[in-house]
Amino acid sequence: MSKTYSHAPGFVAGDRPKIVTSRFEYSDSFTLERYLATDGYKGLRAALKRPAGEIHEDVKGATVLGRGGAGFPAGTKWGLMPRQVWPRYLVVNGDESEPGTYKDRLLMERDPHQLIEGCLIACYAAGLSQCFLYIRGEMALAQERVATALNEAYLAGYVGKNILGSKFSVDIILHWGAGAYVVGEETALIESLEGNRGMPRLKPPFFPAANGLYGQPTIVNNVETLANLPWLMVNGVAAYTAIGTKTSPGTRMVAVSGHVKRPGVYEIINGTTTFRDLIFGEEFCGGIRDGKSLKAFVPGGGSAPWFTPDQLDLPFEASRVGPEGSMLGSGAVMVMDETTDIPAAALTLTHFFAHESCGKCTPCREGGTWLERILRRVVDGEGTEADLQQLLEVGAMICPGDFPHAANKKLGLGAVPFPYEMTTICFVGPSAFAPVHSALTLFREEFESRVKKRVTIPVTAVGVSA
Amino acid sequence: MSRLNETNTKLAREIISRYPRPKSALIPLLHISQEQNGYITREAMQHLGELVGVTSAEVYGTATFYEMFKFEPVGKYLINICGTMSCALMGAHELMQHAEKKLGVKAGGTTPDGVFTLAHAECQAACTEAPTLQVNYRYRLRVTPADFDKLVDDLKDGKLGDEIPQHGVLAKVRQVIAPEREVGAKAPEDVNDAPAWLDGKAAL
Repeated sequence: MSKTYSHAPGFVAGDRPKIVTSRFEYSDSFTLERYLATDGYKGLRAALKRPAGEIHEDVKGATVLGRGGAGFPAGTKWGLMPRQVWPRYLVVNGDESEPGTYKDRLLMERDPHQLIEGCLIACYAAGLSQCFLYIRGEMALAQERVATALNEAYLAGYVGKNILGSKFSVDIILHWGAGAYVVGEETALIESLEGNRGMPRLKPPFFPAANGLYGQPTIVNNVETLANLPWLMVNGVAAYTAIGTKTSPGTRMVAVSGHVKRPGVYEIINGTTTFRDLIFGEEFCGGIRDGKSLKAFVPGGGSAPWFTPDQLDLPFEASRVGPEGSMLGSGAVMVMDETTDIPAAALTLTHFFAHESCGKCTPCREGGTWLERILRRVVDGEGTEADLQQLLEVGAMICPGDFPHAANKKLGLGAVPFPYEMTTICFVGPSAFAPVHSALTLFREEFESRVKKRVTIPVTAVGVSA
Repeated sequence: MSRLNETNTKLAREIISRYPRPKSALIPLLHISQEQNGYITREAMQHLGELVGVTSAEVYGTATFYEMFKFEPVGKYLINICGTMSCALMGAHELMQHAEKKLGVKAGGTTPDGVFTLAHAECQAACTEAPTLQVNYRYRLRVTPADFDKLVDDLKDGKLGDEIPQHGVLAKVRQVIAPEREVGAKAPEDVNDAPAWLDGKAAL
């Protein structure tokens, strides 16, 4: 059954297949010694005995989905690089900062060698000649653990020149950020790695696989995605796809936080585990705290439109969650019980995204701030009826057309499928609107009761003395 | 005095050499500068510009984008209390109110003795252990008001010196690459061929 370890606060182990968290039970899981004693670098050894193209085929065949948020298959991404263009780079996205999400931090702190081995396998398979491992600035312990692991791995011959006596040579350079959510977006990450302000690049036309770091083909992969590769190399494609479903094979790490009895980070079986299992299951969170009932939950990190108990039986399967009006994102479920002040909860997220807007696109820079200020006014009891309409109108400047939301039987609402149209380069702008839109659509009465007591003042008159 | 000292200049040159283009080293170098001086000064930005071959204005442009870089002195201990959703649901607001009272400063302020700076922070990636805070980017989880008081007292009494270094110090371990193990960075225009292990015949 479920187990926790004092050396890995937040992580909850269970009797399920473990692909990336198999060493978390050991308090010294981050050392080279422990890593080698538990099949460490065996995947790399196996890979080096085979041609690079075969390894790439394995990753494609296993459909290793990107764990950063978009869920794009890693093998397909690698295949998008133009042929015979050199050099090519690997950039590891360890800038984890999506609200509600943490798994990359645990993987870097608890099993840095697994990540390093994953990087090496990716570089070998896709012909990437240098790797930059970008860790979020605020994660001092993760930086220490990865630095220590890299130092050990270099000395032991696993990284650097002629790895394990082969022709395979690659440097892995530890890089660290300095606090900017938007840098988790892959093109912003590349800008930041070039020493610039971390603002996203326009794409299309050029995706990083074609034109990335220094204008060269660049693969940007999430920490958890790469951490899957050593296991895949040791156990093979068939063993990997035997877990989970055809379209969502393997496992994934999910953080469940908020008003549950046992919040934690769980490695769950992909594709089949449902939100009900996760929130109410005995081996997972064990239900809502203090005998309260579930009001709503965010299924995929702060950017995701919200779900209500109507959607509990959906599995962790992108092709099911998308049509129901949200996304799985980065594996973060935030749970709100019946006592939650919904407008105030939405405000915390809208504040986050408004604060983190890089300022490149006007609809996000201005719109995010507008959303936050209007919503704050409503939460503080200073809002008007017109403010609620204004929130939707500002949102429509960022995301024109129908914004995705969940179905709701009580309200007689049908789902509007994910994704949305957007007027910005990246997802920070739409993400500021997502919580506002979900909260207003699903819990409008909580907003109305706050503004009703006031006389409606036309928005144009706000700020003009009566 | 705010330029990098001799040891740090050497370290900076080593870090720069790891990248195909020097400017890539800018953020790590800004961290080293902040570690040395506690914050980022004009002279430091001038020096970093010289080291990576850009103007100090460009260094300033990059530095000001990132939340962790401070351009005026902050307390020895920077206490960042997370206020994003999961922490907010679990009492972050109340924790902040308590912290403001305990330290006698509002969020964003520094105590008159220069020991503590209190600040609001965004999601710290410890959401299941809410509410959370970081002191100089070291975590404290499931923080109660009593925990907060003890933390502040312990920091004042110097009891956490080993665990929590002064503001500016991030990882206490740095990457070290032995020259004989290092492949070495090359500018992209100096690389024209497929990597050696692909044996040139790869269909990549």
